[in-house]
Amino acid sequence: MVVKEILEHPLSKYLRTDMMPHIWCPGCGNGIVLNCFAHALDELKTDLDKLVVISGIGCIGRTAGYTNTDSFHTTHGRSIAFATGVKLANPELDIVIVSGDGDLFAIGGNHFIHAARRNIGIKVLCVNNFNYGMTGGQLGPTTPLDAITTTSPYGNSEHPFNLVHLAAASGATYVARWTTLHVRRLTQSIKKMMQKEGFCFIEVISPCPEVFGRRNKLRTGLDMMEMFKKASVVESFSDPAKAEITSDRIVVGEFIDIEKLSYEKLFHEKIAQINEKTMEQVS
Amino acid sequence: MSGKRSLLSGAHFLNGDVACAEGAIAAGCRFFAGYPITPATEIAEHLSERMPEFGGIYIQMEDEIASMAAVIGASYSGLKSMTATSGPGFSLMQENIGLAVMTEAPCVIVDIMRGGPSTGQPTLPGQQDVMQAKWGSHGDYEIIALSPSSVQEMFTLTFEAFNLAETYRVPTMLLGDEIIAHMWEKVLIPSPENLKVVNRKKPKVAPAEYLPFKPDDDLVPSMACFGEGYRFHATGLTHNEHGYPQTQSSETQYKLVRRLCEKIRKNADRIVKVEEIMVEDADVVVVAYGIVARSALSAVRKARAEGIKAGLLRPITIWPFPETHVADIAKHAKAIVVPEMNCGQLVREVERCAKTTPVAFLSKFGEEPHTPLEILEEIRRNN
Repeated sequence: MVVKEILEHPLSKYLRTDMMPHIWCPGCGNGIVLNCFAHALDELKTDLDKLVVISGIGCIGRTAGYTNTDSFHTTHGRSIAFATGVKLANPELDIVIVSGDGDLFAIGGNHFIHAARRNIGIKVLCVNNFNYGMTGGQLGPTTPLDAITTTSPYGNSEHPFNLVHLAAASGATYVARWTTLHVRRLTQSIKKMMQKEGFCFIEVISPCPEVFGRRNKLRTGLDMMEMFKKASVVESFSDPAKAEITSDRIVVGEFIDIEKLSYEKLFHEKIAQINEKTMEQVS
Repeated sequence: MSGKRSLLSGAHFLNGDVACAEGAIAAGCRFFAGYPITPATEIAEHLSERMPEFGGIYIQMEDEIASMAAVIGASYSGLKSMTATSGPGFSLMQENIGLAVMTEAPCVIVDIMRGGPSTGQPTLPGQQDVMQAKWGSHGDYEIIALSPSSVQEMFTLTFEAFNLAETYRVPTMLLGDEIIAHMWEKVLIPSPENLKVVNRKKPKVAPAEYLPFKPDDDLVPSMACFGEGYRFHATGLTHNEHGYPQTQSSETQYKLVRRLCEKIRKNADRIVKVEEIMVEDADVVVVAYGIVARSALSAVRKARAEGIKAGLLRPITIWPFPETHVADIAKHAKAIVVPEMNCGQLVREVERCAKTTPVAFLSKFGEEPHTPLEILEEIRRNN
C-alpha cells in the first residue's frame, strides 16, 4: 500500500497559514464557516488579488486576518461603513464582510440597514452564535428569549432580531440562512452571493458551546449541532417575516434573490453622464 | 461658476467652506463621506456637485461614525479622502480617527468649530475643539492640526493638510470656525502647475517581501492599497510590521505606539508653521490663532501706534504645537497674551512652553470673537 503524505491542505492557499493556530475554541463553528468560504472561493476560482475580506470585532472578526487576501480588521461594528468606502473608491474589488451578530447588529446595526438600503455591493457573511463570545458570553441582539448569559443570569428579557427579516426589509438583494450543519448548501449560497450585484446577506447559525451552550444545556459543540439538526427546517423562499428562530424551529434556506442596480453602479453611471455633458459643453 | 472638470485657477470671491472644498479638489481629494451639520454643511454641498465632475465620490453616510470609517476605507482603496463636520460630529468621529492613527490611513478631517458642549451653538463660532483634536480618541498618539484664519487659508491649508496626511500617513485636521467658514473673501487659486501635490509613498518591493508597517528612515511606512496584489492585513489591534496582531507583546506595543508618536514629533520642524509679526523686539506677544488672530493683529498694530512694543505669534499648525517658537519668544518677552474663544485650551500649551514668562489668558465665547480693543486692553495691562 502506498501511503501518500499530504504536506499541505488543499485549501491552504486561501489562508494565512503563518497566522495559525487560530484563536477559536473547541466546538466553535467559525472554522466550518471559514472552510465553506474557502471552498466557495476555490470553486469560483476567485482572483484573490481583487478580493478584500473585512471584519469587525469578535471571535469571527479574526477571519479577516486568516484569509490570504487584502484584509482589514476594523473597529467594533464599523466593517460595513469601512467597506462602503473601499467599494465606492474601487468598484472593481470584491468585498466580503465576515463578522458576528453582535458586531453587525448591535453596535453596527445602523450601518447594516443603510448599506442594505443603498444596495452597495458588499457581501455580508454573519456568523450568529447568539451571544458575545469573545468577551465571555454576554447577551446580544440575537440572544433567544429566556436564554442564560453572563449578563442575563435570570434569563434574557429582550426579544431577539430576526436577521433575515431585517435584511430583507432593509433592501438586500440576496438573503439566506443556514446552520454550520448545512456545509454544502452554505458553500453554494456563498458562491451565489459572490456573483450577485448589490448588497447580499447570509446568516450562519453557529455553535458556541464554551460560553453560550454550556449555560443553556448545550454543553458541547455536538449538543449544539444536534439541536440545529432537530430544529432546522429547509424551506425555499419562504416569508422571512415568519422565520423567527425558536428552540424547536430554525427555518433555513434562501429567502430573497432579486435583481436591483447597485449604488456604486448608479453613482458611477451618473459620473459618466455628467462628464459626457461637460465634454459636450466644452466642445 | 465656470471650471467644470478643472480647478478654479484665478481670483474668486468665495466663502470659507467652498474654499476648503476647492482646496481639497486641488490637492487630489477624490472621496468625500460626510453627514450634514452646521456650519460645515456647505463643504458637503459643494463637493456633492464638484466631486463627480472630477470622477470622484461624494457619499452621505448615516452618521459621522460611518463617515470616518468610509474615509479610511477609501484611503485604503487608494483615493485621497476627507470628511467635514462640526463639534458634535467630530466627537462621533473620534473612534475611527483612532483607527486611522493606528492603521496609518492618510485622510483629512475638517472640523468647523461652533459653540459646545453637546449641541451648543450651531450657528456661532468657537475654538472649543482644540484639545479634542489632539486627545479625542483613546490611547497615546499624535495627529496634525492646522488653523486657518482667512478664507484664502481655508483653501491653502486644506490643500496642505492633504500633503501632510499623505507624507506622514496620519489623519490631518483643519480646525476652522463658523466665521471663517461662512465669511466671503477674495481667494487666489493657483494654476495646477503651481500646486505641489504630494502622494503617499508606494512600496518598492515585491508583494512577498512587503511589510505594510515597516517604517523607512522617516518613520513612515510605504503604503500598498487594496487590489494591488500585495495581500496585506491591517488591524486596529496592536500589530507588528507584518500587520499581524500581537496584543500580548509589550515590546510590539511599545515599538508601535512610540513610532506613531515619533513620526510626528521628530518631524515637527518640517511640519510646524507659524506667522510671526513684530515679535523680534516685542515686550508683549499675543499668541492667537484662527479668526481671533485677525483681531489680535489689529490690536498689536494699535499698541505699536501707542508706543507699546507688541507682537503677534500665530500658530498655523496647532498640533504638533509650535513649542520652540513659543519658547523663543518667551525668552525675550515680558508677557504673553492668549485670547481664545473657549475657557482655556491652547493657553495651557503656551504656559507649558513659556516657562517663567507670565501668560495672560483672555477668554471670550458664546458670541463674536474678541474685538481688537479688548485685546489691546489686555496688552496694555501686561506691558
